[in-house]
Amino acid sequence: MQNKEAIVIGGGPAGLTAALELLKAGASVCLIDRNERLGGQLTKQTHMFFGSEKQYASHRGIDILEILTNSLGKYGNKLEILTETTVVGMYRDKVLSCVSGDKFFKLQGEKIIFATGASEKALPFENNDLPGVYAAGAVQTLMNEYGIKPGEKVLMVGSGNIGLIVSYQLMQAGVEVVALVEAADRIGGYLVHASKIKRLGVDILTNTSVKRAIGKDSVEAAEIWELDEQWQGIEGSERTLEVDTICVAVGLAPLTELLQQMGVNVKYVNELGGNVPILDEQYQTSVEGVYACGDLANIEEASSAMVEGRIVGINAARSLGRSVENADFRIKALRHELKDLRGGPPGDKVRKGLKKLGVAT
Amino acid sequence: MIEKNGVPSMNQVKAEFPTQETLAKPKAIIECYKRIPCNPCETSCPFDAITVGEDINERPRIDFEKCTGCGICVYNCPGLAITVTQIKGDQAHLKIPYEFTPLPEKGESVNVMSRSGEVITQGTVTKVQAGKKQNKTALIHLSIPKEFLYDAITIEVSYGS
Ligand SMILES: Cc1cc2nc3c(=O)[nH]c(=O)nc-3n(C[C@H](O)[C@H](O)[C@H](O)COP(=O)(O)OP(=O)(O)OC[C@H]3O[C@@H](n4cnc5c(N)ncnc54)[C@H](O)[C@@H]3O)c2cc1C
Ligand code: SF4
Ligand code: SF4
Repeated sequence: MQNKEAIVIGGGPAGLTAALELLKAGASVCLIDRNERLGGQLTKQTHMFFGSEKQYASHRGIDILEILTNSLGKYGNKLEILTETTVVGMYRDKVLSCVSGDKFFKLQGEKIIFATGASEKALPFENNDLPGVYAAGAVQTLMNEYGIKPGEKVLMVGSGNIGLIVSYQLMQAGVEVVALVEAADRIGGYLVHASKIKRLGVDILTNTSVKRAIGKDSVEAAEIWELDEQWQGIEGSERTLEVDTICVAVGLAPLTELLQQMGVNVKYVNELGGNVPILDEQYQTSVEGVYACGDLANIEEASSAMVEGRIVGINAARSLGRSVENADFRIKALRHELKDLRGGPPGDKVRKGLKKLGVAT
Repeated sequence: MIEKNGVPSMNQVKAEFPTQETLAKPKAIIECYKRIPCNPCETSCPFDAITVGEDINERPRIDFEKCTGCGICVYNCPGLAITVTQIKGDQAHLKIPYEFTPLPEKGESVNVMSRSGEVITQGTVTKVQAGKKQNKTALIHLSIPKEFLYDAITIEVSYGS
């Protein structure tokens, strides 16, 4: 079994910045991702990001990824990258088992940083297993990574930023978005994103959801209906929309299973997306030397995931005995950035969730 | 209602416009109605005409005296929430952000859309800026009848390619 100084699991924005800070401090890093390419969600984001200059706002997600991977390139053999490698098991003594192709191996790390992100939530409705019903992330992967259109006419379910942005990206790919339905009484994501698709003719229907998918071998239509205040469907309000694709974007849940395997304490916090690890001030889990950051810790944005990754990287480097220049000052500034990013109405949910978790914001 | 369907009210829209006299020169109209953590409009403007301020969740405010209508903020805004508008005789000249292909061509007649996604009139494309600086958000210059000043927001995208 190989021993590593620091292992980062997950090469999305959180994992990449954590790795960068560790490398900057002189530590050796083993960065693991199950995908072919590093970047996590960033590989699919062709739109410009929000935030401020510090988090590369106004750059497209894919361009932010390039900036981050270019900086990684500077560290040569201090950095080992294992792509197409999935961590499948975790043990208490910080041993992880990995699978890559038909190879199976174990690694041990002095410090382990979890940045595994989140998985998409499913939505129960009749015939939701018909071909043509997709999760939003799958649609993005098809379109933006492989250049394949999922269909010609889409019903989008969910008005969070993901539903709004994927609708826009579908239109850019030449796919018609027939309507977007949202169960709540108002749009969940940024209104600028909503206005962007509305002015191109997409109907946004609040208090509405999908009742069932219709079709023999694949989706031929979708039946939608209005919901009352208790989110119960109103009989008689059904409408049929001719679509060949139903795209579900109803939220993400942190991927905490591996952490739970090694006995890390988690807590269910609805506002943060589900079961999340309980973290201390250092972003350390209940197991010493094991850290968590990004969507895994709370479903948020790439901007905040990058800031959290940096904080974790600095903390882990310090506890490895590496000296980090201006560490206290930098951590303070990074915490300030998080506070700014979460300071407005879109941050209400995360602030509430973190409070429940006992984390100071 | 914008929270329900993405369409701002006419009052909300008009509140972001300067007087028509001011619009004799091109000015940026910022339609960012809800507080979000974002400020590239402020940092991209070379004339310091836009302020978000210390708290990046504040809504951007514009100083029309400083704004030259250059259009730089238009293609730097991730929300595509800014347009530049000018009144010239019986025409309104717009600079709008556009992220679809194919790009319209100079001289082309295009369908002009309202904020609720209806075709309201025809306009003429007078210039297309789509260089490296615009970084895939093209700046389309558009001339439309002045009566649609407060209604026009973008141009129609055609499907089926
Ligand atoms: C459509 C869409 C639009 C978005 N728009 C914006 C935006 O405009 N601005 C913004 O700031 N944010 C945006 N986000 C959110 C942002 O992408 C995420 O918050 C961010 O990517 C989270 O980063 P992360 O590093 O925590 O996780 P991820 O990016 O999800 O990365 C996690 C990585 O871990 C890997 N992994 C998971 N499990 C394992 C395992 N067992 N073994 C090995 N590897 C594993 C995954 O393959 C993945 O590469 C958007 C998200 C979506 C889906
Ligand atoms: S149009 Fe030019 S001058 Fe006016 S606010 Fe935008 S960037 Fe500044
Ligand atoms: S850049 Fe655009 S979306 Fe961001 S605050 Fe400015 S106007 Fe709003």
